[in-house]
Amino acid sequence: MKYIDEFRQKDIAQGLLEKIHKISTKNIHIMEICGTHTHAISKYGLRSSLPSNIRLISGPGCPVCVTSMGDINRILGFCKKEKDVIIATFGDMMRVPGTDSSLQEQRAMGSDIRVVYSPLGALDIARANPEKEVILYAVGFETTVPTVAATILTAREKNIENFSAFTLHKLTPPAMKALMDSGELDLHGFICPGHVTAIIGANAYRFLTEDYRAPCVVAGFEPLDAIHGLYMLIKQLEEGRVKIEIQYKRVVTWEGNRKAQKIMEEVFEICDSNWRGIGMIPMSGLRLKEQFSDFNAERKFAIGEGVNEESGSCSCGEILRGILTPNQCSFFGKTCTPETPVGPCMVSSEGTCAAYYKYGTFNF
Amino acid sequence: MKQERILLSHGSGGKLSYQLIHDIFLKAFKNEHLAPLNDQAIFNLSASRLAFTTDSYVVNPIFFPGGDIGKLSICGTINDLAVGGAEPLYLSVSFIIEEGILMEDLKMIVDSMARTASHARVKIVTGDTKVVERGKGDKLFINTSGIGVVKEGINLSPSLIRPGDIVLVSGSIGEHGIAIMTHREGIQMESQVESDCAALHELVKDMISRSNGIRTMRDPTRGGLATTLNELVISSEYGMLIKEDDIPMKEEVKGACEILGFDPLYLANEGKLIAIVSKDSASAVLEAMKENPLGRNASIIGTIVSEPRGKVLLETSIGNRSILDMLSGEQLPRIC
Amino acid sequence: MCLGIPGKIIEISDIMAKVDVAGVRKEVNLMLMENPGIGDYVIVHAGFAIQKVDEEEALETLKIINDLIL
Repeated sequence: MKYIDEFRQKDIAQGLLEKIHKISTKNIHIMEICGTHTHAISKYGLRSSLPSNIRLISGPGCPVCVTSMGDINRILGFCKKEKDVIIATFGDMMRVPGTDSSLQEQRAMGSDIRVVYSPLGALDIARANPEKEVILYAVGFETTVPTVAATILTAREKNIENFSAFTLHKLTPPAMKALMDSGELDLHGFICPGHVTAIIGANAYRFLTEDYRAPCVVAGFEPLDAIHGLYMLIKQLEEGRVKIEIQYKRVVTWEGNRKAQKIMEEVFEICDSNWRGIGMIPMSGLRLKEQFSDFNAERKFAIGEGVNEESGSCSCGEILRGILTPNQCSFFGKTCTPETPVGPCMVSSEGTCAAYYKYGTFNF
Repeated sequence: MKQERILLSHGSGGKLSYQLIHDIFLKAFKNEHLAPLNDQAIFNLSASRLAFTTDSYVVNPIFFPGGDIGKLSICGTINDLAVGGAEPLYLSVSFIIEEGILMEDLKMIVDSMARTASHARVKIVTGDTKVVERGKGDKLFINTSGIGVVKEGINLSPSLIRPGDIVLVSGSIGEHGIAIMTHREGIQMESQVESDCAALHELVKDMISRSNGIRTMRDPTRGGLATTLNELVISSEYGMLIKEDDIPMKEEVKGACEILGFDPLYLANEGKLIAIVSKDSASAVLEAMKENPLGRNASIIGTIVSEPRGKVLLETSIGNRSILDMLSGEQLPRIC
Repeated sequence: MCLGIPGKIIEISDIMAKVDVAGVRKEVNLMLMENPGIGDYVIVHAGFAIQKVDEEEALETLKIINDLIL
């Protein structure tokens, strides 16, 4: 068992899709909250093979896409004035456009910006460049947060003084709640993110079933997982059941990864956070605790403010909230393409627009 | 004193330049055209149709599993000639060297170029060297240009493609991209994957001599298989249907791609070609490819279709179809 | 949202482990894991093992899916 190919079997995938067609009678709106699901659904061409009465709506589950324009502009502004530091970040962030540039462009203009595979990579850079300050610029949801927290604990333990982090972490459940509260969307159920839930545990979605009567299924990311997850959710909705179900049982438990949660809580505390397209959501972000100020780039440096304005009539906001689909945006595929992205949804490989654009909406 | 490193003076045209040219370049590339050290090479060609190409090579790291920048610079230009149906004959090489590079490293690279060229039976007949200040280059850049002859009756062009034609690839894809990537700073992975860097003109010769049904060929280098397939149909009246399951790929390449969040269809290849051939000749061409060691894992991966125009469709591993687009931007390790 | 892939732990030294994914080996950090052992499959995200993969559950899921399409 390698846990990859077993979950990519063609005959079984097609069999499951047929099964969905058999049981599906109602008009159902499902949100896949997670960008990795959005990407997988597009990559494997699932949207067009579902019954026409099933509508999949992509949610705000790409950390790059939900980072506010203000926060993106902050780091870009900092890069412009401070050329002496090394910024280490995930590849996902390099091409995200701010108001007038991107990290990629800042690098071309002389900033030392390096792509790391792991937050620990930033520590390696700090060790190799003791005369320089190294800032880890990190976004990410609950899956990534413990890795950044563990990196900060390691920096403290190893006394790596020239390392600090500028973190813009966000929490998933509060965003789901905000979407339900907004009343803009007629959502019937959620496909919940497998790896976020591996950390936080499926109990975190109790509010969905209890307060909003919205069933949900925590699904994995291989094609069979995604299709099976959809089948389970559609079946619940067809039968009028409202439950939290776990499809991705090989990785996800009800309680989650306690050790990772503890490390996360040791380093971070909950705060309000500004989401692109949604706005300020109470208690939906994380900031470094006071005792980690030495590793807080915002304390160490004057990072400054950033203008929080959207570029013209880019519909990223509506797309992130699931109100519009990418082809309803007037920029989509015209002025906004992966080469010349107007908004973040077109940049990140998990962005809804990028997924729609790359894998097409061709009708087979 | 024996110099261990390349200095600016090595490029200044004085004694050190002379030594460098004699001790390293001439020694390695030795042939009657280069020996007189004229400003140009003069030779006779017995053909009315010539192929001419140029390419610059910048790769980090300059030594990688399965090759080095030198081998790459020879194979790459040979392949650009070969996929046009030309027999490669003469190359020029031009070095831009960053001050400070180890003489030993330069020698290894030059020797590797000489070996590759001699094995491929092409001659390096003219060249140039410049040295730039430290920090103004990235160790070593190499430009090679090549001339080849196209025999009577050989005519390859994307304009010959017709619906029903068959798409073949000469072997497993993505290896060069992964071999380079696993040795980049900050990624560190252990893998046995080696660059597929190889000269393909003999393979092309075998294919052409077996069948006259070949429409066109390309080598899927930067941008990978997906980008090259798109280039072939983007401006045509036809589309392409590719079966993901039929694309040959090593398990390790798949594994490395899973780890980094890369799509292997966008990884560079340096020893593979794509051929589009008439339906009738597909099995003969495939057989010819498989008989050559560089085409052992050749495979039919798709067909030319009349709709959708200018697009490549991918039948995914689970049997659904999606659009296979060109690469946009570089692939970077990602968390999401 | 979060790329994660299953790899098999083949070596452990202190808090680092070597994980094998289809023959490719990568160092990952084990700080987030409770009792990791050699031979365990773990989900790797951003250089960290974030959770074990349970073989029994995987087999069970595949069985459920297979039964569904019978």
